[in-house]
Amino acid sequence: MKNTNIIIVGVGGQGILLTSKILGYLALDMGENVKVSEVHGMSQRGGSVITHVRIGEDVHSPLVDPGEADFVMSFEKLEALRAEYFLKPGGVLISNTQEILPMPVIMGNTAYPKQNPANEKTVLLDALKLAEDAGSGRAVNIVLLGVLARFLDWPKEKWESAIAACVPQKTLETNLKAFRAGLAE
Amino acid sequence: MKKLMIGNEAVARGAWEAGVRVVNSYPGTPSTEITEFCAKYPEMNCQWSPNEKVAVETSFGAAMVGARALSCMKHVGVNVAADPLYTAAYTGVNAGLVIAAADDPFMHSSQNEQDTRMIARASHIPVLEPADSQECLDYTKLAYDLSEQYDTPVFLRLTTRLAHSRSPVAVGEREEKPLKDYEKNPMKYVMMPGMARKRHIVVEEREKKLAEDANTLPVNRVEIRDKKLGVVCGGVVYQYVREALPEASVLKLGLTYPLPEKLIRDFAAQVDKLVVIEELEPVFERDIRNMGIEVSGKEKTGLQGELSAARIRQLFGDGAEAPQEAALPGRPPVLCPGCPHRATFFAMKKLGLTVFGDIGCYTLCALPPINLMDSTLCMGASVGMAHGAEKARGKEFSKKAVAVLGDSTFIHSGVPPLIDAVYGGASTTTVILDNRITGMTGHQQNPASGKNILGEPAPQLNLEALCEAIGATVRVCDPHDLKQFTQILKEETQADHVSVVIARRPCALLDKRRKEPSHIDGCHNCGACMKLGCPALQRTEKGVVIDHTLCVGCGLCKQVCPFGAIQGGEE
Repeated sequence: MKNTNIIIVGVGGQGILLTSKILGYLALDMGENVKVSEVHGMSQRGGSVITHVRIGEDVHSPLVDPGEADFVMSFEKLEALRAEYFLKPGGVLISNTQEILPMPVIMGNTAYPKQNPANEKTVLLDALKLAEDAGSGRAVNIVLLGVLARFLDWPKEKWESAIAACVPQKTLETNLKAFRAGLAE
Repeated sequence: MKKLMIGNEAVARGAWEAGVRVVNSYPGTPSTEITEFCAKYPEMNCQWSPNEKVAVETSFGAAMVGARALSCMKHVGVNVAADPLYTAAYTGVNAGLVIAAADDPFMHSSQNEQDTRMIARASHIPVLEPADSQECLDYTKLAYDLSEQYDTPVFLRLTTRLAHSRSPVAVGEREEKPLKDYEKNPMKYVMMPGMARKRHIVVEEREKKLAEDANTLPVNRVEIRDKKLGVVCGGVVYQYVREALPEASVLKLGLTYPLPEKLIRDFAAQVDKLVVIEELEPVFERDIRNMGIEVSGKEKTGLQGELSAARIRQLFGDGAEAPQEAALPGRPPVLCPGCPHRATFFAMKKLGLTVFGDIGCYTLCALPPINLMDSTLCMGASVGMAHGAEKARGKEFSKKAVAVLGDSTFIHSGVPPLIDAVYGGASTTTVILDNRITGMTGHQQNPASGKNILGEPAPQLNLEALCEAIGATVRVCDPHDLKQFTQILKEETQADHVSVVIARRPCALLDKRRKEPSHIDGCHNCGACMKLGCPALQRTEKGVVIDHTLCVGCGLCKQVCPFGAIQGGEE
């Protein structure tokens, strides 16, 4: 596979690390070279979180450079706007429409931005609703993973076995439903 | 099949494969997961130590009598462990002793950007620096071989992007290492001046020998491509260089102290221009310049932050500028809904106190809307600073000031300054935020948890008895009893003795008691509850609303609402 760069962003607690872990597992399972970069620690306390996933033979750096991402996948709208600059020309933005207010907005010091992402190839969806329909609002990450699966040429069964390998067993059914909802929507 | 591992997991695997038996560490981002992964292997005896100094001393004791041992810490933890380390370099180790030290360029989760390579040079301890997860495993094993071959502790230096990046790893099996013979040898292990003078000579000889051997060590690798530009680099920066300057010739340093002088000279002679690309301090660059070799790099890369392929391309390649992030409202991390620290700081703010802070989640209380932190220096500093402030400005000052630190931080290095305050006849007040866990690094057990690293029951440190034995007056209160907690805080800050107020309540993320979310009826929109800075509370034109998906029903907002408009949640 030619080098594929994926940026995953959202708010601490939305399951971003798990999503990048599933993607990494899947890429390795497909026989690809892969690197995933995470940031642990303070970012888990409701702050902005970003992970980088790089797949392909010539991948050295674990980080996606600005302007080099094939995909930006965002679990929250403001974070999608923040990460838009990572996209390469022709790159795809996949974002949840959910708005989670950051503390400066909650305190009334600034307003939540009104605009939608300007990127040409953008998929916006209410992933929270799809996740809730699948059985849990916590499965937003897996809904978006389903959307990403539309663009990557890997068999559905491989995606599902990667999810099964990474999520807790008791949440598997909900997560598979969420994945299929994202894939089909 | 290869496994995808973060660097930290691969270090743990490498330690296991190397036959390590004893692991002692103190948690610290980005090093924490090494020890957590080590604990999954029953062959290794793992323990969270109270601090890094104790961790290294315990591991050193194990290595001295014949067991391979490991201690892991973040860069600033190396300062705490520096005392035993500098002298362990003199004594040598018997069985292998490795210190995994994780630096944090850009300070993703740290208070400074110090460079462990500098400490290695000052203490004469060799350093290995892997560049991906496979090398994390391989170099950990190499570190034990070098440690025993050269009879020295060895640093394994990681950085955040290595510790927390996943890449494929081919794993091996464990090689059991029988305990090495231990024979009493005071000339080697009792560092009185007469012995230490002789050992210092050994250190110098050992280092010269390793520096010579480093020229042929396979982890120091020359890759000749286009000879116009030769780059010396190590660690994750090697990956950035390969990405940004694919045609450049590279000397990849795996052993980054001591440096292989002959190899560097040969490489420098082969290329038209020699540059060093390194994060943080100009460590390689200075060493290479001291060899009399013309080299540059730091004047472009600077001392601060992280590098990346994009930055290296801009500085040393085609000069292209990468796109910039748009100006948007920030999203700083916040205290979780239900976090006990929120109540503690709300009470302190009400009393208008000067707050000497410390290292933990509660450092977030320096940010709006709480804005209540006068200082954060290092682990345990709050207690001594409050004492020093009283020495400078008198007892009246201490009536409006507190030192604040968590249970784990207090155990780490808050005890000696509390002894000092009592001994010095001070009247300071120390608030211990006792949530029974090391929170910010992701919930590691500590001696106050009553559990060990495996979650099994362990003797529980009695903080009250400890502080009373020191001679402090101790009060214990749940900070979510806001009225009583505020009263206690008021009394103890006013009191003319050293006080410890233990604010005891479990971390909200570990509090398993299920509570109904709170709700609001008849909000006057006065904004009193908004001063709590709870992410579950949002102000609208019609009044405050509670986000039921975030609210954990802690009931704190109910206590501060002057109109009784908030119901539900904890009583």
